[in-house]
Amino acid sequence: MPAPIRLRELIRTIRTARTQAEEREMIQKECAAIRSSFREEDNTYRCRNVAKLLYMHMLGYPAHFGQLECLKLIASQKFTDKRIGYLGAMLLLDERQDVHLLMTNCIKNDLNHSTQYVQGLALCTLGCMGSSEMCRDLAGEVEKLLKTSNSYLRKKAALCAVHVIRKVPELMEMFLPATKNLLNEKNHGVLHTSVVLLTEMCERSPDMLAHFRKVSLVPQLVRILKNLIMSGYSPEHDVSGISDPFLQVRILRLLRILGRNDDDSSEAMNDILAQVATNTETSKNVGNAILYETVLTIMDIKSESGLRVLAINILGRFLLNNDKNIRYVALTSLLKTVQTDHNAVQRHRSTIVDCLKDLDVSIKRRAMELSFALVNGNNVRGMMKELLYFLDSCEPEFKADCASGIFLAAEKYAPSKRWHIDTIMRVLTTAGSYVRDDAVPNLIQLITNSVDMHAYTVQRLYKAILGDYSQQPLVQVASWCIGEYGDLLVSGQCEEEEPIQVTEDEVLDILESVLISNMSASVTRGYALTAIMKLSTRFTCTVNRIKKVVSIYGSSIDVELQQRAVEYNALFKKYDHMRPALLERMPVMEKVTTNGPAEIVQTNGDTETAVLETKPPPSGVHPANQANDLLDLLGESDIAPVIPTAPTSKPASAGGELLDLLGDLNLTGSPVPAPAPQIAQPPFLLDGLTCQPLFNDIAAGIPSITAYNKNGLKIDFTFERSNTNPSVTVITIQASNSTELDMTDFVFQAAVPKTFQLQLLSPSSSVIPAFNSGTITQVIKVLNPQKQQLRMRIKLTYNHKGSAMQDLAEVNNFPPQSWQ
Amino acid sequence: MIKFFLMVNKQGQTRLSRYYEHVEINKRTMLETEVIKNCLSRSKDECSFMEYKDFKLVYRQYAALFIVVGIDQTENEMAVYELIHNFVEVLDKYFSRVSELDVSFSVSEIHLS
Repeated sequence: MPAPIRLRELIRTIRTARTQAEEREMIQKECAAIRSSFREEDNTYRCRNVAKLLYMHMLGYPAHFGQLECLKLIASQKFTDKRIGYLGAMLLLDERQDVHLLMTNCIKNDLNHSTQYVQGLALCTLGCMGSSEMCRDLAGEVEKLLKTSNSYLRKKAALCAVHVIRKVPELMEMFLPATKNLLNEKNHGVLHTSVVLLTEMCERSPDMLAHFRKVSLVPQLVRILKNLIMSGYSPEHDVSGISDPFLQVRILRLLRILGRNDDDSSEAMNDILAQVATNTETSKNVGNAILYETVLTIMDIKSESGLRVLAINILGRFLLNNDKNIRYVALTSLLKTVQTDHNAVQRHRSTIVDCLKDLDVSIKRRAMELSFALVNGNNVRGMMKELLYFLDSCEPEFKADCASGIFLAAEKYAPSKRWHIDTIMRVLTTAGSYVRDDAVPNLIQLITNSVDMHAYTVQRLYKAILGDYSQQPLVQVASWCIGEYGDLLVSGQCEEEEPIQVTEDEVLDILESVLISNMSASVTRGYALTAIMKLSTRFTCTVNRIKKVVSIYGSSIDVELQQRAVEYNALFKKYDHMRPALLERMPVMEKVTTNGPAEIVQTNGDTETAVLETKPPPSGVHPANQANDLLDLLGESDIAPVIPTAPTSKPASAGGELLDLLGDLNLTGSPVPAPAPQIAQPPFLLDGLTCQPLFNDIAAGIPSITAYNKNGLKIDFTFERSNTNPSVTVITIQASNSTELDMTDFVFQAAVPKTFQLQLLSPSSSVIPAFNSGTITQVIKVLNPQKQQLRMRIKLTYNHKGSAMQDLAEVNNFPPQSWQ
Repeated sequence: MIKFFLMVNKQGQTRLSRYYEHVEINKRTMLETEVIKNCLSRSKDECSFMEYKDFKLVYRQYAALFIVVGIDQTENEMAVYELIHNFVEVLDKYFSRVSELDVSFSVSEIHLS
């Protein structure tokens, strides 16, 4: 059998391959040759073959048959063999293979070898892929090597120790005595690896951290750092004029960990940090890397405010730098610090906003996130202008995030309603198709809330979709508004802008074209149809046209449209007397996400009477009649065809929404059942609703569960479901204490998965008396629109027997009736 | 923590790869091609740090060879950038004016470096 080719030959041959298939062929041929050579147990050429195998492995071909060969190489006496063998072991083996355990003995022998290079190899391999069993067996050897005088070995042993600690954290104490002398080194290599070891120990265990703080590690580190900065040029450690920057960065990181949340350590470091920050040269990347690490450290520890300002100024300087890397890094750190040092970061706002115009994608993303974090009441107008401009010109992947960010910011800081609506319109028209789906209901809610702007809003929306009705969210919002406020549009009553003259027919034209257009999604068509229907009560002369349109869609292929059309048709024919009441103006919606006490519902009060056949009697009897109408409405809620059943996937269908709305209103009204809230406005809606027992009580028979029962604390959940709003579950928790001492300062917290919404009301008290003699009651409301299985994680904190207790638990045993 | 260290040329051929966390062998080639695709699409003016899945990539181009290091969120990106350069300088010293061919032919030596 001819001698196997050298690695170089193999590489050369592979390079000549033109196609992937040719390369594969060559490799397979070579693999076959290698395999037969292995079978022959040929000692002389084994290392060459394994080297070739490793190369092929790197290219991506399977090489597992070489693992045993690696072991044989390790066991041989020749250094070259050992070298390739260990390399192979590092690359091919890991703890998943059973073969690796066979290596343990070899490594043990090599760790005690006379040649330091062999010992070094063994340490490297152990540090790279040692499994927990191997680490346990060999940790003693590693520790011994940590104490030798040979710095080459000590360096490697320290790194190996890091790996051992990662795999088997219990062995950390074993290395503790050796670390005492580690920092007294002269050799930078050893110093560096010891710092890594100390960092690893501190990160892993808070006890170690406390120990090191006590042992006054900080002054030692400060001293080393000082030497590094102060010392002159040292040729072996120099990188572009700075002495051993890698060591400096490592020490800074360790200082960060030591100083976090600890005043004494932080104080000891203040000087050195200031010194590093001011003395480091910033012309090269190296200096900037050190400054970056320094800034991160300053931000993390309890530094004095002067130092923090210094850090932020450094970041500001980074931002102005031309180098992209530095700007990116500055933006990232500013994002981390904007929560704590908001004002300081504000100073650099203009630079950040300029970064929005940069060409680089990563920088743009960071600048956008940072800009959103910086928006506040004072600068909102200017920032919004910039952000809207950015939205116009940015890449599509940013548009969705940018749009949602703009909505959030606008909601929080809008200086005036008109500005708010203008901004929203602008976003819808520029990035309409990227707006998230949940933005549409939020917008609608916002629009209903700004009562005086209705005319203006509807006019602008109408003009917007006149030209172009392809952007779905825009069209949805516009059709909803036109449906609601079409009469304002037609009567031309806008105060804020020039009123436009629109006839009813034109309005219907546009809505019909939305219905017919191919570009409209099914949801949008639903909106448009409902809008047309609503207009039947608002418009006077075109009712017949509306009837015609609605009846056409009674036979549409789209099931959703068909259902709506049929129901609306029925409304025209059989229940015409109910039509005005059903389709009247929406009352102001309450935000579903409010926490805290129930808000008083401001009802809109205007029922458009212009086209009603039966004009409701004036104010004195007004509330009662309205209440009656609505009660009738709700009383007849069982008649399915009249009230369109709200499909749960489309929350914005108008009729269903009315009921949901009423359900929501009731929800917030009822937790204060006995004392009715002092409502100045006509309370007819609330009164009307609370008269009826809309909540399905325990009569429904949802079994209650014990959610938590440990250490004498028992928490029970009882459930109630709402008839009108089937996605709401009201849970009443009762906490009782069966031990012989009271539990005080009891706090109950709950979290639910993202698809749910949770509202926690205030508990009855915070003390649970002992011996089950009393309970704490608290009400939780869970909104579950998607009818998913209810799960909850609860956190309990209380004081018992003089000590603070805390517990986390997950509640999974909710009965199906509570969420279905 | 450094997750991996790659040297890949412009055509997508891997010259050196070292993984510090276990990654399946077929996933490795996929990872390498995706990474090189991301790097090639960047122009010279753009910054050297990118986000890829759940870790960051720091890359540096030397002639036709890209050196890419994957790090997680706790690493200092700029220090890693310097590390790459330091590594290249070491190779330079060892091979006296290193070139891509040297890298391809002396894989085992570089590994131990």
